Amino acid sequence: MPTQTILITLIALLIFSYFIGHKRSIAVSSLDKGRRNLHSRPHYYGYMVAIWAGIPALLILMLWSAFNSSIVTSLTVSGLPETIQAESKDTLGLIINEVKNLAVSGQIAEETDAVKRDAAYHYQRLQSISTLAKTVVVFVAALLGMLFAWRLINPELRARNKVETVVRWSMIVCASIAILTTVGIVFSVLFESIRFFESVPPSDFLFGTKWSPQTSIRTDQVGSSGSFGAIPLFVGTLLISAIALIIAVPLGLMSAIYLSEYSSRRVRSFAKPTLEILAGIPTVVYGFFAALTVAPFLRDLGESVGLSVASESALAAGVVMGIMIIPFVSSLSDDVISAVPQAMRDGSYGMGATKSETIRQVVIPAALPGIVGGVLLAASRAIGETMIVVMAAGLSAKLTVNPLEAVTTVTVQIVTLLTGDQEFDSPKTLAAFALGLGLFVITLLLNFVALHIIRKYREQYE
Amino acid sequence: MSNSNSTEIIRAGLKKRYAREKRFRLFGIASLMISFAFLLVLLFTIVSKGWPAFQQTYVKLDIVLDETVLKVNNKSDEDALFSANYQKVVRESLNKMFPGVKGRKQKRDLKNIVSNSAAYTIRDDVLENPDLLGTKQTYWFLAKDDIDVFMKGKIDRDLPEDERRLKDYQFEWIDKLIEEDRLEKRFNTVLFTNGDSREPEQAGMKGAIMGSLFTMLVTLMLSFPIAVAAAAYLEEFAPQNNKWVDIIEININNLAAVPSIVFGLLGLAVYINYFGVPRSTPLIGGLVLTLMTLPTIIIASRAAIKSVPPSIKEAAIGLGASRIQTLFQHTLPLAMPGILTGTIIGMAQALGETAPLLMIGMIAFVAEVPTGVLDPSTVMPVQIYLWSDSPERAFTERTSAAIMVLLGFLVAMNLIAIMLRKKFERRW
Repeated sequence: MPTQTILITLIALLIFSYFIGHKRSIAVSSLDKGRRNLHSRPHYYGYMVAIWAGIPALLILMLWSAFNSSIVTSLTVSGLPETIQAESKDTLGLIINEVKNLAVSGQIAEETDAVKRDAAYHYQRLQSISTLAKTVVVFVAALLGMLFAWRLINPELRARNKVETVVRWSMIVCASIAILTTVGIVFSVLFESIRFFESVPPSDFLFGTKWSPQTSIRTDQVGSSGSFGAIPLFVGTLLISAIALIIAVPLGLMSAIYLSEYSSRRVRSFAKPTLEILAGIPTVVYGFFAALTVAPFLRDLGESVGLSVASESALAAGVVMGIMIIPFVSSLSDDVISAVPQAMRDGSYGMGATKSETIRQVVIPAALPGIVGGVLLAASRAIGETMIVVMAAGLSAKLTVNPLEAVTTVTVQIVTLLTGDQEFDSPKTLAAFALGLGLFVITLLLNFVALHIIRKYREQYE
Repeated sequence: MSNSNSTEIIRAGLKKRYAREKRFRLFGIASLMISFAFLLVLLFTIVSKGWPAFQQTYVKLDIVLDETVLKVNNKSDEDALFSANYQKVVRESLNKMFPGVKGRKQKRDLKNIVSNSAAYTIRDDVLENPDLLGTKQTYWFLAKDDIDVFMKGKIDRDLPEDERRLKDYQFEWIDKLIEEDRLEKRFNTVLFTNGDSREPEQAGMKGAIMGSLFTMLVTLMLSFPIAVAAAAYLEEFAPQNNKWVDIIEININNLAAVPSIVFGLLGLAVYINYFGVPRSTPLIGGLVLTLMTLPTIIIASRAAIKSVPPSIKEAAIGLGASRIQTLFQHTLPLAMPGILTGTIIGMAQALGETAPLLMIGMIAFVAEVPTGVLDPSTVMPVQIYLWSDSPERAFTERTSAAIMVLLGFLVAMNLIAIMLRKKFERRW
């Protein structure tokens, strides 16, 4: 039975077990003094039976499905002749893939290579055994659980407490998924990065100034110096992010000041959501806009004043990214500016300062830590932004800070390294994970510092 | 004396200060206006580029379903009918209309007036009703993308011949077709009924829309219960000053700020390479997007749960309800509008997300419309990315149209969220 069918049947079984639990509780209660002597209300007994039937079965199903493919694969490998098993890891992986495709295609008989044919039959057999065993084990577990819980039911059974314990624990598990995700991110990028650094020394990666992963596909070139220097990528990322911040910080900050200090309530209630629209537009749309409208416009503009602007210039990507992060800067600044106590403004007005003088000399200095925090958050957004730079920035890594030239960024390289068709284990793909690790660490640090600053600042006026 | 003196000084500076005040205010208005201008330019560019894609040019051709040309008749079996050369009757019809076309290139160009889907249209008709064979039928076929682009006025006739896509002889054909009322622009249904295609005129976004739908379904089914359970636990049950709870909270806040592409790396390394979840499917897309939307929904749900007044919970507990009963029977129903609003906003974010999906193979070219969560598929933003990479002019147009459709979905979702908030928002 395929997994989907098992799942649907299981759900039907759970509904059934709820009803028999419900019925059983009423039956046992009416044996003596009627329903009042039941500890919990009848549906709790139903839930309890369903939980006993469902949770073990679902856990088995999940684990089985998760590890099925790796176990079946390793069994198929051990079924291969020893000469093939002795092959290198890459060749073996290739053979296994062929065998799998063969088994799925259903044309095993037409395969000429006897070893592969046998392996494919073996694989198919293992798969069908696994599926059958899974079906049987899952349903046996469900039925046993159901029977066990059903027999437990008696009027003294504290069904509600049991159900509530399960509910409470599943809530804890759900809350812990956030931790699991972080652990998953850290481990996935860390392990692959460690494997990458086995072939490329970390110093080359961190301090090298030449990035050209394409040249090192051949194994005898792996680790050849300078191919995996990440400096140009990080410089490119910082350049584009800096352009974005130069656009976004003044515009966002001034908009926030105007909206929180000057504008009438009506203007504010209209302008704020309108500004937030900018944050809601998908980044792929910005990328399209940058590549198709802004970049050609800047190129033509440059031509008309005698400057040569690359058609994938850092400027175009940076400007559009700046537009995207305006609402981040403005809404965060708005928050911190509104948090400055009115008494400080009143004091300033009392001394005869004008509104703009108050803002510049009292409100902004007071709100500065919060604003800096907001800017840092926006910077981390800009550094991690992918689609705009993938569509509008260049591919070749050039170490330059000239905004009119094409530069590439960390995220662009991750995407280009991983979207082609290549072996998963080559240093080229592993390099993407090392870049991902760098990205993760940088954005994490920025966020940490930013949140810390903002929290400190909030405490100041509370 | 000194007093009036300083008053003088202040008075002298007043004009300057007021001017500065005015300037500052103007800066504020200007930056707000510039931001709005960016938004307007962005939307205007997309709409003006994408608008024409909602129309498509059709060509009317009279097709003689000649049994000798097709080498089948109404008694032939289905296989023969299926594989007959329908392209040929289309070509003959065009040849008859434009006699005297010489040369290989010109002949090919003539054939390329209609899309190659024309043959499939005829085939499907004949398969349905073999008695059509031998008769003469009038068809409206999809025009090839170059013709379509010209009909929308995007090719300038006055350019030198070698600088434009269409040559002089092609213009003669088009003029003749227009004269005979054989060219017509209609609403582009293909855009919504076809999957992706290499031919711009046949490319539609139904595959991407269905892919997005399935992906969102997986995301919603996983992230909603998990996020609500997590939020309820953190708000109502989590012990204060507990290390584990603190770690969970820090993690949720940090996850909200992790670049989306890192989630793609996680999906690739853990889901695909470790657990063997099939690539390019809505299932893996949904799994990755779930992790991304969880923080958004959890944060919104916590705020909603927190805003339910304690008096209601205390009343329930006072009447003998357990804490879990209080949660499920009072707190959650009262917090539901807020939770749903947060969920819709999280889903809207997930719908527009592209970068992590590129990592997990949703960038593959898929022509079929997916029918389940395990079919290879793509999603709307990735489709936009793929089309924007295609050199054909007609694809640029379709990219903008796809963006308009995507933005339409996002606007609708956000409007629903706003309405929910307006309708059910309660101040206690």
